[in-house]
Amino acid sequence: MRELDVNSLIGPLAAACIRANRELPAEVEAALRYAREHESDKLARQVLDTLIANAQLARDSSLPICQDTGVVVVFADVGQDLHLVGGDFYEAINEGVRQGYREGFLRKSVVAAPLSRAPNTGDNTPAIVHVRLVPGERLRLHVAPKGAGSENMSALWMLTPAGGAAGVIEAVLARIREAGGQPCPPLVLGIGIGGTFEKAALLAKEALLRPLGEASEQPEVAKLEAEILETVNATGIGPMGLGGDTTALAVHILTYPCHIASLPVALNVQCHVARHTTVEL
Amino acid sequence: MSRLLALPLSKEDVKSLSAGDGVSLTGPLYTARDAAHKRLVAALEAGQELPVDLAGQAIYYCGPTPAPPGRPIGAAGPTTSSRMDPYAPQLYAAGVRATIGKGERAPEVRMACREYGCLYMVAVGGAGALLGQCVTSARVVAYEDLGAEAIRELHVEEFPVIVAYDAYGGSVFPGDEVLE
Repeated sequence: MRELDVNSLIGPLAAACIRANRELPAEVEAALRYAREHESDKLARQVLDTLIANAQLARDSSLPICQDTGVVVVFADVGQDLHLVGGDFYEAINEGVRQGYREGFLRKSVVAAPLSRAPNTGDNTPAIVHVRLVPGERLRLHVAPKGAGSENMSALWMLTPAGGAAGVIEAVLARIREAGGQPCPPLVLGIGIGGTFEKAALLAKEALLRPLGEASEQPEVAKLEAEILETVNATGIGPMGLGGDTTALAVHILTYPCHIASLPVALNVQCHVARHTTVEL
Repeated sequence: MSRLLALPLSKEDVKSLSAGDGVSLTGPLYTARDAAHKRLVAALEAGQELPVDLAGQAIYYCGPTPAPPGRPIGAAGPTTSSRMDPYAPQLYAAGVRATIGKGERAPEVRMACREYGCLYMVAVGGAGALLGQCVTSARVVAYEDLGAEAIRELHVEEFPVIVAYDAYGGSVFPGDEVLE
């Protein structure tokens, strides 16, 4: 059994927080360029040009892509043959976030108490950590700083099984229309279908980690992804809600078996700053 | 081509603009978001003087990232304006001439712009690095304890915005209905 000192993840995780906030994944930038080439609205093209220039500037400078540097979501894939030693795993993750947000001049956007709103924790901790046990003896951290403007437009429905795919499309479309320009379109939509109430939400978040442009491996799910993307882009909401053909860059769906009486559906809305990076130890 | 205008905007500037116009702003902007708005409106309701004179000024819904060495500010793009909708009409009534943020807002805000002869403008959300570069100076002028949410006086140079709601009830958003 391999041993890994949890303190060894602190430095790489701090660097990952900074990297994720400054370097837009190449496939997201490519999707913005593709959208720019195919956009028919003049103002929408200007907005897309601005976003591409902003991504380049952030990569070349010490500035984050967006001032909302998010709450840090970590999916930790822990090899089941790995023995974590040297301290508390969650505290090591928080220390990595703490150092990254301090050294990277990133915004501290976390309040300790959700209702009284005070105090700000001052170091952007705690991270939101989801642990998944996987075969092997490696530790892989998927790091995704999540901004609130898009997160706030997310939703979850317990649909009637009879509604099927049409019910999913209807619910998602209504929510996207309601959100309009508020979540900073063009969007990436993570959708979880099946499981239970909480499983659907987690699937929706996980779906956002998939590299942009990769369709689901299940043909019927890939077909639904394409159909939702087309429907959302036909709304005309456009970049920043100012009108245009580009309301979403991609739709990612993950599914899971569920109860005979259930059809849970969760929508996690992601803005065009679809940040994520990976650390492997 | 976007029009160059100096801040603070005059009443004539406001009257001359229509929803959809592109404008480049140079001059002072005051940042305020959720927590600062709560305090500002509480002060107004208590009949107290505001900690910073916002009459005729523009409020920018923004919580910037910390300034790295050698810069006045970090990334400084707009946050979602609708969260400030419960407060905006009172601030327009108190003399604020323009607000800047992103996204659609409640009809009450558009009605307040028409009633008081004010504007709501949008900047490109998620373009924080580029917009931060338009800021040439920044200083905290109120509520320092709020950190990123403190009120800052920014000086901006050719800060690009689009008029979203004009002083006549017009909106740039395709989904917005005509006001009665």
